[in-house]
Amino acid sequence: MAEIKNVFDIAGRSMAAQLVRLNTIASNLANAGNVAGSEEEAYRAMKPVFETQYADKVKESGISTTSILGITTTDRKPERIYMPNHPKADETGFVYQAAVNVEEEFIEMTETSRQYQNNVEVVTTLRALMMRTMSMGK
Amino acid sequence: MKGISEYLDLHSSALALRSKRNKILASNIANAATPHFKARDINFEAEMQKVQREGPLRTTDAKHIPVLAKANGNEMLYRQPLNASRDGNTVEMNVEQMEFSENVMRYQTSLTFLNNRISGLMSAIRGE
Repeated sequence: MAEIKNVFDIAGRSMAAQLVRLNTIASNLANAGNVAGSEEEAYRAMKPVFETQYADKVKESGISTTSILGITTTDRKPERIYMPNHPKADETGFVYQAAVNVEEEFIEMTETSRQYQNNVEVVTTLRALMMRTMSMGK
Repeated sequence: MKGISEYLDLHSSALALRSKRNKILASNIANAATPHFKARDINFEAEMQKVQREGPLRTTDAKHIPVLAKANGNEMLYRQPLNASRDGNTVEMNVEQMEFSENVMRYQTSLTFLNNRISGLMSAIRGE
């Protein structure tokens, strides 16, 4: 990964990380009601793992941004529902519903959008400052 | 030339330090959702005193060129959280946003002072 030079790198990469998080939330919500024929096949909620990425220059210590280390799936068990008429039901008549907690995903979605907004705010403010600095002395 | 840079020195160092602090606060805000991230900051007053008293390079002779960008190698501190969160992250959005907006305002103040000094110099040069 290229080095972190300015505030656009800091906020931009953090926003990219938040977007990955938003994408996983969208996938989780889209699959919330899905059922599968076995516990292994059932959908499990995906969660991104955030990591701090530091600027490598020594004098820029304290400057860092967020990156995605990877995406994990939760170990929550899919719910077992008795639906003997369902085409995907196993021999005992059970289907397995995706292990997604909709309320949790909604809260995460709100938080993600706030984090994204905060980063946008930082960039907007500092961009205005840079423009004013460039016209210094005029 | 030395006279002019000395005339602008205080506010330009303040501006450089404010700009650096802006980056640090932006990093804190960027990492608000990262587990185990510890919010950093600098003590602006202490760093400013350091810059004023002794820069990394001292000018002991009239022929020495003063270093304007003295705001390097600052002492990075950790913020003490008011309400620590369970995931080990010490970024508190309310604190960071207040610090950020204050820092931005003070940056603009320094910029205004610099602009005033420059326009003062300009009118002195023009002799108007």
